[in-house]
Amino acid sequence: MSTLVETLQPRFVGLAPRQSGDHPAVRCPAELVLPLLQCLRDEFGYSLLMDVTAVDWEEDTPRFSVFYHLFCVSDARYIRVAIDCPDDEEPSVPSVVSLFPAADWHERETFDMFGIRFEGHPDLRRILMWDEYPYFPLRKEFPLAGIETELPDEEVSEETRAKVLSAPMMGGPFVSKSGAPMSRAEPRAKDQSWTEWDRKPTKEIE
Amino acid sequence: MPETKEISIGDVGARASVYQDELQGEDIAINVGPSHPTTHGVLRLIMELDGDVITKCEPVVGYLHRGDEKIAENMTYNQFVPYTDRLDYIAPLANNVTYALAVEKLAGLEVPPRCAAIRVLVTEMARLSSHLLGVGVYGMDAGAWTPFMYTFTEREKLYTLFEELTGARFTTSYTRIGGVSRDVPDGWLKKVSAFCDQFLPILEETQKLLTRNRIFMDRTEGIGVISKEDALAYGMTGPNLRAAGVDLDLRKDRPYLGYDQYEFDVPIGQTGDCYDRYLVRLEEMRQSVRIIRQVIQSFPDGPWYAEDAKKIYAPKKDKILTSMEELIQNFMIVTEGPRMPEGEVYFEAENPKGILGFFIVSKGGGVPYRLKIRSPSFCNLSILPKIVPGHYLSDITVLLGSLDFVMGECDR
Repeated sequence: MSTLVETLQPRFVGLAPRQSGDHPAVRCPAELVLPLLQCLRDEFGYSLLMDVTAVDWEEDTPRFSVFYHLFCVSDARYIRVAIDCPDDEEPSVPSVVSLFPAADWHERETFDMFGIRFEGHPDLRRILMWDEYPYFPLRKEFPLAGIETELPDEEVSEETRAKVLSAPMMGGPFVSKSGAPMSRAEPRAKDQSWTEWDRKPTKEIE
Repeated sequence: MPETKEISIGDVGARASVYQDELQGEDIAINVGPSHPTTHGVLRLIMELDGDVITKCEPVVGYLHRGDEKIAENMTYNQFVPYTDRLDYIAPLANNVTYALAVEKLAGLEVPPRCAAIRVLVTEMARLSSHLLGVGVYGMDAGAWTPFMYTFTEREKLYTLFEELTGARFTTSYTRIGGVSRDVPDGWLKKVSAFCDQFLPILEETQKLLTRNRIFMDRTEGIGVISKEDALAYGMTGPNLRAAGVDLDLRKDRPYLGYDQYEFDVPIGQTGDCYDRYLVRLEEMRQSVRIIRQVIQSFPDGPWYAEDAKKIYAPKKDKILTSMEELIQNFMIVTEGPRMPEGEVYFEAENPKGILGFFIVSKGGGVPYRLKIRSPSFCNLSILPKIVPGHYLSDITVLLGSLDFVMGECDR
């Protein structure tokens, strides 16, 4: 276990070391994230917030974890802070934009992709998808091909009666599941309802 | 439409004040983009103007979003290599190398010295090609056409070298986990060295067109000043951060691929304005040439792939065709992917645009459970709402050019 985590542990109750392949990592209760990051920034020199992201653990509870990677410029050290979202249905964690303005876009992206709300974020909107998009694409249940949705502009979709169609899966990715029966483990494209010869059905413009 | 008032011709000052009065309180919203010659990709800036001065700027990204992270979580580690080309499509080789290093860190693999040398060489050449585009197109944003012709000619020469090495000019997909896809061809190193010899005089000549050019200096000096504190707070990296005066270069601070064996300097800016960012890129190109020459001088012999990592990368072709064991292994790697240990790793490397990072969460098996790409352009752009207000509309082209971003990487 790293010495940094040992020094931090008595000051923040509930802080636990986290299994990591490289850098020191801590698991922190959601309500402690602001004081912890402030302490790391002001006292330990982790002044550069590199990254904010989340992981969807699918069936585990808690389902979502938010990860912060902080970097210390003077010593070139990293630390990883992971917090679990208390609620699986409507996950939310405190926003750290007040400490690191860099978190602004990262948190918006995490919200956009996972549906995790960041309480206290000044302007929590979607950033990569359009505002009315109903799904959270990086959640594990969201299919790789996408889901058929209405076009972002109502006027256009009324006029053209077109939709955003799910992506073609012919040609990949081909990955087989290890340990599955041979018939299922065989690598195959994830959607074989249409091929080069059997054209993909498209909405006709009337 | 307000009525124009009669004013005497020649009294320019009076005319200006009349218009000022009429426009008082009217803010104009203006869109730059989504597709605009100075945005180097699909970026939309919604700006509010008061006269000619920008009061508010809201960048809109996401037009190029392709879901690269979702794709990565549905394919094996090796299959994702070509997708990394499409992130920063100006310097695909640097992306390939960073991705391979991240996966090797997860697998606990060390590449042999020859492979590391090849990777350093291609990364620095990618840096040259990226900065050549950055500087050339930046000059064009400021109204100078000629430097662009010089730098693009040099880029073409670099791409010819890439083609000889990797078989492709733009989408190289050169690295593999534990090695590179092929060794350097005979005589290729000599060509690279010849390129370096003729490149430096041309770089000198290019910079003569810009560095002391009065128009260029007037348009860039004091524009888009980013302070040290702001640059750090907004998570900027790469030449943009160094121009602001922060000495952060992962090649020096956390050396990977044996960067510590090579001698080079890290240029640091003083004011953090557009002119400094240009100077930093220019000097970085010279340092890259310095590194390339040292790599060629001490180019090690030996294998260019890790031999001990049996379960990670596909065996050699001649072995697949002659040995049953290797054939089975090849089949497993192709269908299921390499056998990776469980764990979480975060690897970052100094790319031309800034620090590119990969956060990989593995649950074992050949497919990453979660792969997050920390793209430098995304972080560099988030500072725009902070620095743009207060500038004239015509400064925007220069400001955007000086940040040198690539939208393919920003939106992923």
